[in-house]
Amino acid sequence: MKRIALLGMPNTGKSTFFNRLTGASARVGNWPGLTVDLLSARILLAAEMVELVDLPGIYNLHGYSEDEQVVRHFLEHNPIDLLVVIANATQLDRQLSLVLQLKELGLPIVLLLNMADEARRQGIRVEHEKLGQTLGLPVVMMSAKYGQGFPQAKQTIEHLQKDAVARTADPAAFARDDELEARLERLVSNTVHVPVSASQGLTNRLDRVLLHPLFGLPLFLLAMYIVFEAVYTAGTPLQDGVAWLLDAFKEGYVAPLLGGANLELQSFLLEGVYNGVGTVLSFLPIIVLFFLFMGVIEDSGYLSRSAFLMDAFMARLGLDGRSFVMQLMGFGCNVPALMGTRVMRSRGLRLLTMLIIPFSLCSARLQVFVFVTTAVFSPAAAPLVLFSLYVMSFFAAFLTAALYRRRLPNDEPLLLELPPYRFPTARQMLLRGWQESRQFLKEASGFILLGVVLVWFLTHYPFEVQPASSATLAGQLAEWMAPLFAPIGIDNLMSIALLFGFVAKEVVIGALAVIYGASESALPGIIAAQLGWIEAYSFMLFVLIYTPCLSTIAVLKKESKSGWFTVVAVIWPLTLAWLVSFVFYQTAQALTAA
Amino acid sequence: MTLEQLPTGQRALIAEVQGEDGLRARMLALGLRAGREVAVIRRANLGGPIQVRVGSTDLMMRRKEASLIQLTVIETLR
Ligand SMILES: Nc1nc2c(ncn2[C@@H]2O[C@H](COP(=O)(O)OP(=O)(O)O)[C@@H](O)[C@H]2O)c(=O)[nH]1
Repeated sequence: MKRIALLGMPNTGKSTFFNRLTGASARVGNWPGLTVDLLSARILLAAEMVELVDLPGIYNLHGYSEDEQVVRHFLEHNPIDLLVVIANATQLDRQLSLVLQLKELGLPIVLLLNMADEARRQGIRVEHEKLGQTLGLPVVMMSAKYGQGFPQAKQTIEHLQKDAVARTADPAAFARDDELEARLERLVSNTVHVPVSASQGLTNRLDRVLLHPLFGLPLFLLAMYIVFEAVYTAGTPLQDGVAWLLDAFKEGYVAPLLGGANLELQSFLLEGVYNGVGTVLSFLPIIVLFFLFMGVIEDSGYLSRSAFLMDAFMARLGLDGRSFVMQLMGFGCNVPALMGTRVMRSRGLRLLTMLIIPFSLCSARLQVFVFVTTAVFSPAAAPLVLFSLYVMSFFAAFLTAALYRRRLPNDEPLLLELPPYRFPTARQMLLRGWQESRQFLKEASGFILLGVVLVWFLTHYPFEVQPASSATLAGQLAEWMAPLFAPIGIDNLMSIALLFGFVAKEVVIGALAVIYGASESALPGIIAAQLGWIEAYSFMLFVLIYTPCLSTIAVLKKESKSGWFTVVAVIWPLTLAWLVSFVFYQTAQALTAA
Repeated sequence: MTLEQLPTGQRALIAEVQGEDGLRARMLALGLRAGREVAVIRRANLGGPIQVRVGSTDLMMRRKEASLIQLTVIETLR
């Protein structure tokens, strides 16, 4: 099969183009010799199946970052029919240097000048045909986001791919260093016309406010608060709706259907599988909303501004502004955030950042907190309680960095682009929400099903005794763990849920549903009756800080390539979680008793 | 004068980019080349990073790296 590789500097719109070309049907592939996974998709181009591979964004071919090595390795070892290079049309003064380097590789190339819309708005004029003639390769202007020029880009790719012959890159070219600079200067001045004051008026004006020396940071925190408030306010009614539907479906159809089956099977299917999985499903609206909002913030360019605002503070913790951005990404899911640390070259910096990311309150933990908060606290207090957990999340991360910074030193320079502010289109937002939810369901569903089935078994076996009583397997296990959990106010049944939360936080609420044999709509009442607010908050603190999930541990191991580091990254949060819950619980108990 | 010392709102030309190879390559790729015009847009508080404009690209960099960039001609921005 023919193979087309997509390449460009970071943030040029490669993913946007990839999604448009493939209809977002990408899968993550493993490539021989590469430690990272690359996105690829099979698509029909000019009546032929073609494999399209999305390579990581790189600044140059001679660099030493992991991404640059990945690209080099890939191009040297995998034959390619066509290299599609994407460049930002508003930044050709620097982006063409990568094109000149790539040309040396001796591969057939198409150059797509993306963000034509922004170039036009800024009054930047590119003579793309002349540029193509000088470079000796086809050049197309387009906008991957809005679609202008996309048909021509696709046609050009189809046309070139038709009679392409696969080749690997000429390895000598990677070492060949450049008198490219002089050529670049000439090329740019001949073909790119930038008005004297390229107008980025909106971005400048927004920056003046959002990067304000005094108000910048408070504004950022306010923006984040509004996002979480919005997710919560819009998400909970939707969640209740889904829970109600699932309940009605169970009472109306599933339960009568199972009426003839024996009692154990009924209990297994209804209280185990249906309640457990249903409870998790009812969180889907919150997950989708969360990723929608995070996607908007991520796409807007505000995240790199937050790096600017936070860098002075992060530097004092031995981190940098990018660590803060990764931490924020971790609020969606820790796993991609951990993988995002690949852009860091200093091992100390990278490990320290990887150590703090798991404290980020990810969407899976958010479910648990939304659930418990809604059940136990008043509607007025609930958002504040949630916000305090976000504050705790930062506190745990910063404390950890302060404690470990000496052992993981770094002196990595920080150089980061501040892209203009952009707002995603409705299409981009929906696509993203859909992709993330699909990912969530795919990754979590196996764990969740397995988790709730196991919990059901532990809390119901032996079948003769009262479910979830001390005579069941779970009861015995919990009693055995009680000396550890009693001092932090977590009772036996809740500790079972925590045990399963180690696998994935998505399981916790499902497990509670199974443990209490309750449906989605009845569970909050039971939880409220069982837990005082002190116990509930102590429970949430523990859930927040201890190991997020097995996937996170697996990624920590894979990315750090160090068993020692992985052990520390598991043991330390567990210890911290216990200590924080202990201090909180005992203090709160003492204060309320007095 | 270095980029670190360039007053906010003024422009200058880059004379030379110093530093180790990897860092220089990265700066080059971001447009920090001898002969290009640069300006410092703003400085973060507490010794934080600075925002620099080269061509149509805005960058943030720490003061330490900015001090590796030597400047020549200086004129006042309108
Ligand atoms: N204005 C404009 N923005 C674009 C275009 N293509 C992509 N973007 C935006 O540029 C940003 C980076 O795009 P992305 O596809 O993530 O870049 P990648 O890092 O190269 O994969 C996102 O905010 C996109 O919405 C375009 O043609 N025009």
